[in-house]
Amino acid sequence: MTEREPSSVDVLIASDRVPANAHPELLTEDAIWELLDKVLDPEVPAVSVVELGIVRSISWDGKHLSVDVTPTYSGCPATELIEELIAEALRAAGIRDPHINRVLTPAWTTDWITDEGREKLRVFGIAPPQGSASKMSLLGADEVVACPLCGSEHTERISEFGSTACKALYRCRDCLEPFDYFKCI
Amino acid sequence: MTEQQALQDYLLRLADSDMILSQRLCELCGKAPAVEEELALMNVALDLVGQARNWYEYAAELIDDGRDADKLCFLRDAHNYRNLLMVEQPNGDYAVTMARQFFFDVWHYFTMKSLENAKDERIANIAAKAVKEATYHLRRSSEWVKRMGDGTEESHRRIQDAFDLLWRFTGELVTPDDIDHAMFKAGIGPDPEQLKQDWFGMVREVAAQATLTTGAEDAWMYMGGKRGVHTEHLGLILAEMQFLPRAYPDATTW
Repeated sequence: MTEREPSSVDVLIASDRVPANAHPELLTEDAIWELLDKVLDPEVPAVSVVELGIVRSISWDGKHLSVDVTPTYSGCPATELIEELIAEALRAAGIRDPHINRVLTPAWTTDWITDEGREKLRVFGIAPPQGSASKMSLLGADEVVACPLCGSEHTERISEFGSTACKALYRCRDCLEPFDYFKCI
Repeated sequence: MTEQQALQDYLLRLADSDMILSQRLCELCGKAPAVEEELALMNVALDLVGQARNWYEYAAELIDDGRDADKLCFLRDAHNYRNLLMVEQPNGDYAVTMARQFFFDVWHYFTMKSLENAKDERIANIAAKAVKEATYHLRRSSEWVKRMGDGTEESHRRIQDAFDLLWRFTGELVTPDDIDHAMFKAGIGPDPEQLKQDWFGMVREVAAQATLTTGAEDAWMYMGGKRGVHTEHLGLILAEMQFLPRAYPDATTW
């Protein structure tokens, strides 16, 4: 009998298995944070879930791992996928049955996006959130958003919402390019 | 009615109002007046469906009769739906869509702001998340009301007509019944008097800036959505919304 080529299903199953040579008990908390920092947001693949500030905390005793994750928006359709990607990355490192908790409080704010994350967003072509969410006014004036492509502050908002709930749509009046703005909440 | 029953009903009101407005907005998918507006409407709808799910999940845990969030949403008939009549009204022209959104957003914003401090921790957590989204929605819909009201003769006429058309459904937003009173007493729901003041305060402020007139507070109002007595529209909304899960009850992949 000839050996069949491994199909994509086998690959999928294999990725769910804990590698035989893994020694998860040797992983430190820092090492786990580093692992998580490699998991990219599926909708904004320029930044990791750690840089976005949606991984809130981890608890690890060398055997059991629990990760607190908070959604960006109540209806964010990527929530389940992000949790699955995190679990997959942890299983691949040999951690069995990582427990992913979805926590709503304190509610996620763009203030938690790291400086590195902000810079990566900008390079990716998404203007990072401006200022602090706590200072946002209900019916106040718009914040000044710099164009991520040419840096001009001569920009205008086209729509309060962009390609996802977490973004708004802007246009640069100098280089004329439309761009997404990661809005401040 | 026990406090527990009142709480379950109150959660269904919150969930159903979010859900039905979300469904109404989704009707505009593919036919909004401009692509930017379509993006915005669908994102508002998405926020609302996410919030609805949070409320349904909590309601399902309390009701504890084997139904989950999906079953509560997709397998209840119109007379068991507890949404505000406002949100089931048809989209009409864009002025009607935005006037309906604005009236709802003002109510939603102040309600979430109050629920953020509810004694029930689960409710406070869901509301703390929702209030950020509600703030953004209100910001957007109030801008539209002002732009249309203070815009051209045509846009002014249309948004004024929309205000006049929908005014009769606003009473239900701010008129408390026994469940609203029970929730306030339990340290959960907003103070009905305060909510009413806040709602009228903001609506009149924005209307003044938009050069629009609002109806009388004591005008005759349609009510009943919160206890399951709906306008003719809800049945048709549910027929479309619930068809798939009713036709294929065991489907797990869409």
